[in-house]
Amino acid sequence: MKRNRPLLLALVALVALFAVYIGIHPRGFSVYVVTIWSNQGALLGLAAIAQFFVVLVRGIDLSVGPVVALTNVAASYLVQGNTAEIVLGMLAVLVLGALCGLANGAAVVFARVQPIVATLASGAVFGGLALLLRPVPGGTIDDDLSDLLTYDIYGVPTSLVILLVLTVAVTLPLRRTRIGLSMYAVGSAEGAAFLTGTRVAAAKLTAYALAGVFSALAGLYVAMVTQTGDAGIAPAYTLNSIAAVVLGGVPLAGGLGSPVGALVGALILKTVSSVMFFSGLPPLAQPFFEGLVLAIAIFIGAIGVLRLRSRLDAYQR
Amino acid sequence: MSAGAAARRTGWRPDVPALIVLAGCIVLLLGGGIVFPTFLTPSYLLQQLQIAAFLGTMAAGAMPVILLGQIDLSIPWTITGAAIVATTVAGLDDPVLQTLAVPAGLGFGALVGLVNGIVVARLRIPSMVWTLAVNAMLLGGAVFWTGGHKPRGLAPPITTTLALGHTLGIPNAFLTWLAVSAAMVFLLRRTVFGRYLYAIGNNERAVFLAGARVGRVIVGAFMLAGVLAAFAGLLLAGYANQAYQGMGNPYLMPTIAAVVIGGTSILGGRGSYAGTFAGALFITLLLSVLSVLQLPEAVRQMLFGLIIMAMLVVDGLRRAKPA
Repeated sequence: MKRNRPLLLALVALVALFAVYIGIHPRGFSVYVVTIWSNQGALLGLAAIAQFFVVLVRGIDLSVGPVVALTNVAASYLVQGNTAEIVLGMLAVLVLGALCGLANGAAVVFARVQPIVATLASGAVFGGLALLLRPVPGGTIDDDLSDLLTYDIYGVPTSLVILLVLTVAVTLPLRRTRIGLSMYAVGSAEGAAFLTGTRVAAAKLTAYALAGVFSALAGLYVAMVTQTGDAGIAPAYTLNSIAAVVLGGVPLAGGLGSPVGALVGALILKTVSSVMFFSGLPPLAQPFFEGLVLAIAIFIGAIGVLRLRSRLDAYQR
Repeated sequence: MSAGAAARRTGWRPDVPALIVLAGCIVLLLGGGIVFPTFLTPSYLLQQLQIAAFLGTMAAGAMPVILLGQIDLSIPWTITGAAIVATTVAGLDDPVLQTLAVPAGLGFGALVGLVNGIVVARLRIPSMVWTLAVNAMLLGGAVFWTGGHKPRGLAPPITTTLALGHTLGIPNAFLTWLAVSAAMVFLLRRTVFGRYLYAIGNNERAVFLAGARVGRVIVGAFMLAGVLAAFAGLLLAGYANQAYQGMGNPYLMPTIAAVVIGGTSILGGRGSYAGTFAGALFITLLLSVLSVLQLPEAVRQMLFGLIIMAMLVVDGLRRAKPA
């Protein structure tokens, strides 16, 4: 229960923010409004889940944004034509994401480069590749597929269904399979995990590959929503995915948290910026307040440190 | 570590990462010189040193924070913010206030560093997340303040002299960088503050238990990072003779890359200033060679990433080898 407190707090915050959003949205509670909200949330939510896997094994992935951009650009070339071509195209995009993630994982596991700098460098490569493929935004996505995935099913936003299915599909195995538990073990105490026979390399490689796949899912979904490929979307996804993970109660020190937390964090961030949009604040002031809200949220999450009986406890590694 | 520290105090030990990066600089120069003979002319080399001074100053500021095992991602908008503050003050009508332009810009950087330091030291928020939020707020503040337009005002004359002038044929910017570097070497090697930076990076808990004021060292490191980023911002404003939105954005990644390929561990506790200096030179030369080759921006970016990655992999494999 105590361990779940950050997540519960985040959930309460999300529900409250959602209520405010619905309250001030000129069109109120309707399928249309919730669908837009859910679509926006799905974009960042998938990227946040990608970031979660790497953070879980005590890493950080600064290439989430570039991989989202690269796969988005790839989708704008591949996801069109007849049904078989579309299915193959989507698979190819996911494989591309997995390969990007594996490349990061290999740099971290085999060459022992620190995750933050490894993904900084690989991010430049992936981002460059995306820009090379699409110097200016363009391309198309199959219309029917895009409509199918961005509207609603009997009043429930399709994106919400996709998000829930994907989240459940990764959260359950994470706690029940050997490789999933290995990731938690590696994130909590890599040395101890290694000594007890955990396959550290396999756990880390899997985490990075999963991050690549979820970045690719985000890239694909960006393509569905915007119907184009755009290499310029990278920076926002990297930074917001890290912020989302932290807001969702996943410590950057690794070994704790769940994809649900990352998703909730992402939805909070998106809801905040939507609330800003409709709040009547001058548009020029909005970037400042978005930063401020992020800072305050992080601040509240950390306030417990001030209540520690001994300062020494704050220096636990 | 104790053996290493003793060796460092008693005798000279080759600084392998710095030497590797310097060798990389020479390879870049020779390779560039073969394709473009102008590469090896004094004027081109001096110009490179002048440009490297901006990145070098930022890297000097980023290094103490990285030595602590922290990171400062608010560098880009500290640079831009300081430049906007300084040019705005320098553009005022009052001649007395105009002289305060440079202190105002540096003070802005110190303030940002102070806030970052206090929050990281007292609340133990991961610096990566907090400074990210601060960067977002600074961006928002700058956009709001300037109305999204090009900031008005003008670069303080002294920054123009420092960034563009020459003394005895040597760019003032490079001389400034050398002065900053001398101060950094003294700070890191000969002061208690400098030794604590390394100690905290290695084992924060132990340093705390030993009775050191860990919090103050952390705040000091972030303030140093803020002031030097602001100083680099002033130099950039002098170089361009104006401040502009997003002027600091292209520098975040190269700054971190310069510190890290110079051998400073991103986990903290290990690294030499010589490596950071060489790293800033290397990155500047690399970017220059890539831009002279007239490749598309996308290819340049990819090559930049691949070369940095290659250097990191070489360094990682070198360290992973059992001694």
